[in-house]
Amino acid sequence: MSIKLENVNFTYSPTTAYEIHALKNINLEIRDGEFIGLIGHTGSGKSTLVQHLNGLMKATSGTIYYNGENIYAEGYSMKDLRSKVGLVFQYPEHQLFEVDVLADVCFGPKNQGLSKEEAEERAKRALSMVGLREKYYKQSPFELSGGQKRRVAIAGVLAMEPDVLILDEPTAGLDPKGRDEILEQIKKLHEENHITIILVSHSMEDVAKYVGRIIVMNQGEAMFDGTPKEVFSHYKELEQVGLAAPQVTYIMNALAEKGFGVSTDATTIEEATEEIFRVYQKRQVR
Amino acid sequence: MIKAKNVVYEYQKYDEEGNVCETKRAVDGVELDVKKGDFVAILGHNGSGKSTLAKHINALLLPNDGEVWVAGMNTKEEAHVWDIRQSAGMVFQNPDNQIIGTVVEEDVGFGPENMGVPTEEIWTRVEEALKAVGMYKYRKHSPNRLSGGQKQRVAIAGVVAMHPQCIILDEPTAMLDPNGRKEVIRAVRALNIVEDMTVLLITHYMEEVVHADKVIVMDEGKVVMQGTPKEIFSRVEELKAYRLDVPQVTLLAYELKKKGLPLSDGILTIEELVNELCQLN
Repeated sequence: MSIKLENVNFTYSPTTAYEIHALKNINLEIRDGEFIGLIGHTGSGKSTLVQHLNGLMKATSGTIYYNGENIYAEGYSMKDLRSKVGLVFQYPEHQLFEVDVLADVCFGPKNQGLSKEEAEERAKRALSMVGLREKYYKQSPFELSGGQKRRVAIAGVLAMEPDVLILDEPTAGLDPKGRDEILEQIKKLHEENHITIILVSHSMEDVAKYVGRIIVMNQGEAMFDGTPKEVFSHYKELEQVGLAAPQVTYIMNALAEKGFGVSTDATTIEEATEEIFRVYQKRQVR
Repeated sequence: MIKAKNVVYEYQKYDEEGNVCETKRAVDGVELDVKKGDFVAILGHNGSGKSTLAKHINALLLPNDGEVWVAGMNTKEEAHVWDIRQSAGMVFQNPDNQIIGTVVEEDVGFGPENMGVPTEEIWTRVEEALKAVGMYKYRKHSPNRLSGGQKQRVAIAGVVAMHPQCIILDEPTAMLDPNGRKEVIRAVRALNIVEDMTVLLITHYMEEVVHADKVIVMDEGKVVMQGTPKEIFSRVEELKAYRLDVPQVTLLAYELKKKGLPLSDGILTIEELVNELCQLN
């Protein structure tokens, strides 16, 4: 199972004065079970890219394969693709509309043609996957807290049982604890339910902590693609395109420059603590 | 500049017949004293009452109990409402909801024009305001072609052009990318330092408050912690209990200290941590 992009290009308003080349020759393979962080400044092409992955937008040229099948081939079912590749938009809680939480989450599976019972069963499973307890099922989604609403919206996509889940800034506007809770929940979906995750994020700290692979978009191109350690070692180039590395990267580099012999590749607090502690102990012995 | 005395604000929830079925106290006995030129940051989880409190400062909401004074005016006195809104300008989360003009300089001029400022002076004010937030060279641009950080700075300029004494920013960077966040915070700090503008910043990003003069933490409508950033961020566990966090550098120092490294409490910047570590031995 994989999503493969070959020479994908997308141009907004081609042949007009407003022409924008939003994706330039993208070649990527997203393998089954990956946890990917997609970063890039506003307007770098991230959202355009993810909307290609479930067929909401069609490439101007190039091909996308889902599990080896060309999604642009005649007779390919976009509807199936969209239930396999779930997309959670920014501020998804703005799309809640039903009278109660359970009904809202049932909307997707019902549209897939499932019976009421099946849809409810899936909805309940999805709600438990995002950690929302049964006492909320009959409440209006609008009476929940921001973090809870967002979970309901994510459950709405999970209820369609996607193999790939794309989340566009799922933590925007949440308080720090709310951010951690949502991200831990996503991590669990990845580990326990083996869903491939693509996380679009502006938080380098979150990306460093959770993902296994980072794709950096800049001006419609995939500028870097690698592990957090590889990508954040380019922190100076990232800054030039309006991004940054986690604060930890700057700390390690500043320490190394001042001769405190740490290796600079730590990207999380845990790794940095270990590394500084190791060097500290060595210096104590001397 | 801003004083709040025992401010209480309650939201009422109505049932289908229109009877009050639940009362929620969003602000519960808050005392506040902000001096002219202060940079005050307000932290608190979603639903802790920060935004409700902020809306009291420019009389968008009036307290059920207690009083709020802005530049010596009581917000309860209706005659003062317009003067208060001019003294305390507000900037919100979503830049797209705050921009109305089709050209940047027109958008910024909207506020002073509404106040009846003479045309000549409007242009002077627009120029000054745009320069203060570093957006002067975009004055002829269309706002919808700007980045999020640039739009938000235009929104701030729109408030600055009204010559307020105080500016209240309610999560101004929540929807921005790292660069946009940096631009906006830099502009706000410049207003505070260069123009001596009083700033009240509500945010969920801990790194944005390390330069504040004072940090206030709210929970359940009450002020539960207040002090300098150093004092507040030394109390890591307490902040976590309020669903908050500390900057990464502070957390790293805290973890290292737990492992026995002799570091001081509440380290806020990379320089501080690096200097302290290098001096160990």
